[in-house]
Amino acid sequence: MEVAGEVLHSGSSQELHVLAVDDSYVDRKVIEKLLKTSSCKVTAVESGARALQFLGLDGGKGSLGFNGLKVNLIMTDYSMPGMTGYELLKKIKRSSAFREIPVVIMSSENILTRIDSCLEEGAEEFLVKPVKLSDVKRLTKDCVTRGETEGRDGRRVNKRKLEDDNHSSSSSTSSSPSTTASFGCGLATSELLSSPLHSSKRAKLRDRD
Amino acid sequence: MNIVNQLQRQFIDFSTSLHREGFVDDQFTQLQKLQDENSPDFVVEVVSLFFEDCEKLINNMARALEQTQGVDFKQVDASVHQLKGSSSSIGAMRVKNACISFRSFCEAQNREGCLRCLQQVTHEYSLLKNKLQTLFTLEQQILAAGGSIPVVD
Repeated sequence: MEVAGEVLHSGSSQELHVLAVDDSYVDRKVIEKLLKTSSCKVTAVESGARALQFLGLDGGKGSLGFNGLKVNLIMTDYSMPGMTGYELLKKIKRSSAFREIPVVIMSSENILTRIDSCLEEGAEEFLVKPVKLSDVKRLTKDCVTRGETEGRDGRRVNKRKLEDDNHSSSSSTSSSPSTTASFGCGLATSELLSSPLHSSKRAKLRDRD
Repeated sequence: MNIVNQLQRQFIDFSTSLHREGFVDDQFTQLQKLQDENSPDFVVEVVSLFFEDCEKLINNMARALEQTQGVDFKQVDASVHQLKGSSSSIGAMRVKNACISFRSFCEAQNREGCLRCLQQVTHEYSLLKNKLQTLFTLEQQILAAGGSIPVVD
């Protein structure tokens, strides 16, 4: 786990800082290694509560967070005691300071309603465990690209679910072999939900079994 | 064939058999590939954590199943679910599969079935432990003889 007091260079640093949340020590160790291998800085915590504490969302600290380290991506397990990954996702997306941070949910269970709820709440992606290096490389690459896009255009992407609730959760599962821009760069969440990307994401998840 | 080659040959054969017999799957290979000069003991460390987890969870399950006044199957299932998760994460396929069967007996609230599954899980865990000890010993021997550990796909 990264120690407090470490300062990231401002904006121009290529190294993403990822906050990984998982109650399993084994999984934390694995995800940490996957992320470090993908050239990311990692902070791994064991619960949603610790994650919020780290971000400074527990009401105690200021909005800069625990030690001023900007978090570029959050990867959280779904099933955790206390606060689930889903609950953590909601808290993050409802916070004005942190809603822009992409949140990826990881779960060993490929349950469609679960996937749908997470995506509806603004999760970037739902990964079925065990997480592979190729997943992490793709995610972090998309994160960097997205950062560069935003920087260039000066445009902030609003990933929060809009009032427009007419996503269709019954979209058919067309089986496209791979998702290209599965990270949804530049797309608002409701667009993402009704676009073919959504169904191909599901198809991709299904194929995993 | 010099000693290093002999050991490497043994390592490859042993690794292959572990996969063939289903002790480990591709996820384990992934972890081996992640090991590098920055983390030369990565696999041993993760596997050790996993075995600690196994012992703790198996004890939890045994205690929960012993409750004569009424087994809390939800509690047993929660432990099995955790074990299934970590075995999947390190590629311990047979342990993982034993957990999958275990969960259906938890769901059915079948105490006898659960006890049988617990036995199976315990058995698979100790088999795997032995196998991986052997693998790690071979690795140490290769390194000690000045060789490098072959990558087995």
